[in-house]
Amino acid sequence: MTQGQAPWNEEVALERIRGSLDREGPLLPILHALQEEFGYVDEAAEPLIAEALNITRAEVHGVITFYHDFRRAPAGRHVLKLCRAEACQAAGGDPLAAHAEARLGVSIGTTAPDGSVTLEVVYCLGLCAVAPSAMLDGRVIARLDQGRLDALLAEAQQ
Amino acid sequence: MTLRLYVPIDAAALAVGAEEVASALHAAAARHNVAVNIVRNGSRGLYWLEPMVEVETTVGRVAYGPVAPSDIDELLTAILADGAHALRLGPTEDIPWLKRQTRLTFARCGIVDPRSIEDYRAHGGCKGLERALSLGAEAIVEEVVQSGLRGRGGAGFPTGIKWRTVAQTRATQKYIVCNADEGDSGTFADRMIMEGDPFVLIEGMAIAGIATGATKGYVYIRSEYPHAVAAMEAAITAARRGGLLGNYVAGSSFAFDMEVRVGAGAYVCGEETSLLDSLEGKRGQVRAKPPLPAHKGLFGRPTVINNVLSFASAPIIMDKGAAFYRDFGMGRSRGTMPIQLAGNVKHGGLYETAFGITLGELVDDIGGGTRSGRQVRAVQVGGPLGAYFPRALFDTPFDYEAFAARDGLIGHGGIVIFDDTVDMAKQARFAMEFCAIESCGKCTPCRIGAARGVEVVDRIIKDDHRAANIEVLEDLCNTMKFGSLCALGGFTPYPVMSALNHFPEDFGAQPRLQAAE
Repeated sequence: MTQGQAPWNEEVALERIRGSLDREGPLLPILHALQEEFGYVDEAAEPLIAEALNITRAEVHGVITFYHDFRRAPAGRHVLKLCRAEACQAAGGDPLAAHAEARLGVSIGTTAPDGSVTLEVVYCLGLCAVAPSAMLDGRVIARLDQGRLDALLAEAQQ
Repeated sequence: MTLRLYVPIDAAALAVGAEEVASALHAAAARHNVAVNIVRNGSRGLYWLEPMVEVETTVGRVAYGPVAPSDIDELLTAILADGAHALRLGPTEDIPWLKRQTRLTFARCGIVDPRSIEDYRAHGGCKGLERALSLGAEAIVEEVVQSGLRGRGGAGFPTGIKWRTVAQTRATQKYIVCNADEGDSGTFADRMIMEGDPFVLIEGMAIAGIATGATKGYVYIRSEYPHAVAAMEAAITAARRGGLLGNYVAGSSFAFDMEVRVGAGAYVCGEETSLLDSLEGKRGQVRAKPPLPAHKGLFGRPTVINNVLSFASAPIIMDKGAAFYRDFGMGRSRGTMPIQLAGNVKHGGLYETAFGITLGELVDDIGGGTRSGRQVRAVQVGGPLGAYFPRALFDTPFDYEAFAARDGLIGHGGIVIFDDTVDMAKQARFAMEFCAIESCGKCTPCRIGAARGVEVVDRIIKDDHRAANIEVLEDLCNTMKFGSLCALGGFTPYPVMSALNHFPEDFGAQPRLQAAE
């Protein structure tokens, strides 16, 4: 779902910020809205949010960096998340993750040089009875074995 | 005549091809010139049989599974003829794995259309709310107290006492917050409810609102659950339209409304106080208690914060009465627990049953052992902060106190099964590593202890002063257990110490006296 995201634009950002201002505790909804719009939360958004919420820029920065979800830079065209939590470990997830790293030539947490895919780890997708599992751009896939994973990797490299 | 079929829309069913099965069914029906109505239900929880297709017949629903898109043509032909097929499982309700369960909280999950409030009402929904409205606030709280319901998130605190505290605290604004940040590996019951029977959660939260005088609710769902987020948002919209939420809940003088909030990938936000900080738009850091959330919770207001399953159990308690619910279970663990069998398991899924069933029955009889076919060596109960249990402890009954007595916890009811290829030293290391990654950083024992813990386990594995480092690890675990602000740092020693105590050979250590015996 990272495909086709708009480049950073201050006007659009302000619009998305204003869209959540009437909610209680609007900061997380704002950050999610920005990430949905641009695929990441640009540093230039920090003063805009701080101004709108009347909090310090440091507070905004602190919140963005606390949560694993918020990116500081755009991801690849695809984002592949592999579950590495216990249920997936028990079902053979670790060797599959190693296989994915080797096949894509990227280590977990990084993006392929051609910008095709960002490989990430996730701790639990709640698919523990059909482990091991993964998520490709918001689509869930389980009962992974090498064959199913290879098909996913090929898709992610497009 | 229109053929009524069911294909789950549950995320785990989708992850193994339910969407493709539904599309193939539509296409095949068109080719066969058959009118079909495909209902997208939640999952029955028999995940090794997903995607499971059900057919409405004159004698009830008949199940087929696990179905692949390539099976569809043959399957539809069989359904239209006499129904015989290699994948035919028989009447769904008669499948032994389902029939042996006691489904109270999950009574409707997998049966109803999760997007239809009419279907919800047709299957007994809203009856708890109606009785709650006729009883009034104080009697609702009393009923929940009497039911013996304890927090299903893991801590096991009596739900009714929480509600009573909020009810008795005076404030102009109170909140109901649902903790749907189901981050424990091996658990998926909250997700199943939200995707399969979302109205029961809405009804439960509305009952809590009426009981305590709270008019606003939040469901905090983890971002890893996009399907649950979508299902809850759709259900809330339908509930507003259907009069279940709004200024006059079910036509009464009570007002209650709610909204979904999405987390951002922080495991620690499953801890109730850090969840509240996160909802407020802050870093999800744990708060020191007191004050209790019941006194000063969300935005400093009195707040009921409960797990999805706790709220989802309230409607049946209100409908059937406290005694009905309390009659299930053992000791101080009353009612039923939706247990989740996961990992390397043959028959994985959701098994709701009264407290008291033994761990061995769950793993061997119901779970059927491992999917790999190898011996079960260890099971982790209660998520990443739960202890690893060896076979020797499989006689432990599923009960809050019985697990505590053996240095474990039932947590949110997840059981992750490992076969004999597992390296328990590696699992202990992972427990520390996970704690280090997810620590909120507020208290030192957790923030520093977890990082040191990884290093110490590494030294033990490398046989670098092994005996001395095992002592260091034990000491470190004690510090974390007693010095941490919340369960993340405080319970990480459970998996670490249980791995060391029950599987010392994996650490290169001498067999130890079983601490739990």
